[in-house]
Amino acid sequence: MSLINAQTRGVYTLFKKEVLRFWRVAFQTIASPMITALLYLLIFSHVLADRVQVYDNVAYTAFLIPGLIMMSLLQNSFANTSSSLVQSKVMGNIVFVLLTPLTYLQFFIAFLAGAVVRGFVVGFSIYLVAIFFVDLPIMHIGWVLVFALLGSALLGTFGIIAGIWAERFDQMAAFQNFVIMPLTFLSGVFYSIHSLPPIWQTISHFNPFFYMIDGFRYGFFGQGDISPWVSLGVVLTFLVLLVALSLKMLKSGYKLRG
Amino acid sequence: MAIPAIKIENVHKHFDDFHALKGLDLTVNQGEFFGLLGPNGAGKSTLINILAGLLRPSEGNVSVMGHDVVTDYQAARMALGVVPQELVFDPFFNVREMLRFQAGYFGRGKENDAWVDEVIESLGLTDKAHTNMRRLSGGMKRRALIAQALAHKPPVIVLDEPTAGVDVELRQLMWGFIRRLNQEGHTVILTTHYLEEAEELCSRVAMMKQGEVVALDTTANLLNKFPSKNLCLKLSAGNMPASLSSMVKHQDGQTYVLTLTELSQVEFALSELRKANAVIEDMQLNEADLEDVFLSLVGGA
Repeated sequence: MSLINAQTRGVYTLFKKEVLRFWRVAFQTIASPMITALLYLLIFSHVLADRVQVYDNVAYTAFLIPGLIMMSLLQNSFANTSSSLVQSKVMGNIVFVLLTPLTYLQFFIAFLAGAVVRGFVVGFSIYLVAIFFVDLPIMHIGWVLVFALLGSALLGTFGIIAGIWAERFDQMAAFQNFVIMPLTFLSGVFYSIHSLPPIWQTISHFNPFFYMIDGFRYGFFGQGDISPWVSLGVVLTFLVLLVALSLKMLKSGYKLRG
Repeated sequence: MAIPAIKIENVHKHFDDFHALKGLDLTVNQGEFFGLLGPNGAGKSTLINILAGLLRPSEGNVSVMGHDVVTDYQAARMALGVVPQELVFDPFFNVREMLRFQAGYFGRGKENDAWVDEVIESLGLTDKAHTNMRRLSGGMKRRALIAQALAHKPPVIVLDEPTAGVDVELRQLMWGFIRRLNQEGHTVILTTHYLEEAEELCSRVAMMKQGEVVALDTTANLLNKFPSKNLCLKLSAGNMPASLSSMVKHQDGQTYVLTLTELSQVEFALSELRKANAVIEDMQLNEADLEDVFLSLVGGA
């Protein structure tokens, strides 16, 4: 067997383990975020359906679904890498990976790919259930997939950074409650940021989640708060920055190797 | 000459102000069963973590089968199987899955499954192969941990205090298997607190103290270098005379262990006891063991 094959098999094994890890507890990692998203859909669509009209020809319920899909996709991509890393650090079983010949780049790729798969599985499950109830067009499948991919990669990378940094579960919970949650809720999941007061509109423009959700939604309806190309640029910039940071952490062995 | 299994050259490790390893030099040859002994804090685990790539040396070079653990770490880790000291496990998977994953990280695929099954069987894990790691008892977790280190069939095996808290049955099973691997050509490096274990298994021993190697020799030579004998006496009447108190190594009630540097001292001891009107109920003369060597090097001075 050539060395190339052995290297690929190493990455593939770690990726497979990361996928099986969440698949084994699918009720918690897939069904539970699905139910949460559908509850949001049920409540918000009942309360707001007659009052809010964001785009012409788009019912509020339909407007809401891409936001909910993207929110769940982002949160679950983050959860996959961050919880896997924190858990194996606290349990100590991270050594099983650290003792192997896997390079820091292979480690990164395998964990990230696991996060992307989790994001897609959760997002697609919500989509499948939602289209039973709501008429949801997809105008540009390309944009939908691009933003789903970049969004899950961005949050998966962010999860790697958080997972390496956090030493305990409560630190990770703080990260989730004080960073991830506010960023998701202030990003236009439930509304168009044009309906916000000007100051909050300005603040929202500094939130990368806004661009991911707006670009993703553009793929469904062909309209958004800003051009998908701008969103693409912003999301790519954030992705490159976070990937660079996490690779730097992994390469130096920060909090993993002494 | 064959490439050494492990070569450690002038290795220093600093943790902030603490100088954990002070210029260590050590070579372990292929096929050896090597013992690394020393009290807690001597630097054994630090050294092993450097070998494994979990720590980086502050200075010096370490190689495994000729591959530097820093610059050529992939090849070095490929050649190394480390059994960690802590009883760690992954709660999501069963024993066989874990072992196949572990082999997979090292690039091994289906062709390796027969070996994985052999390891499972040799360590008495067959009944537990499909049991989740979380549900295993402590002893079974320890076996699985050893199996994980062996999953990729490494030529060099490092066991960091593998028998701490392990019952006799498992200890024998484990050593039987490790010894077999050693006979088949695997190099084994063992750190342990149980000196009789090192004495029984290791052909060569290094003793460490405060980040330095204080003794390095074959087990037989180390024992010969300290040709002391232990005289074990049980007195039924009288006390140990003051003239013998410097020889007393250990006392438990009326049972005394005296260290003798020469056999002629037996006579001296007996005559002193007679003078003191002490009555000997039982007497035994034993060869010194590694513990005596260890204590004289590490414990005393």
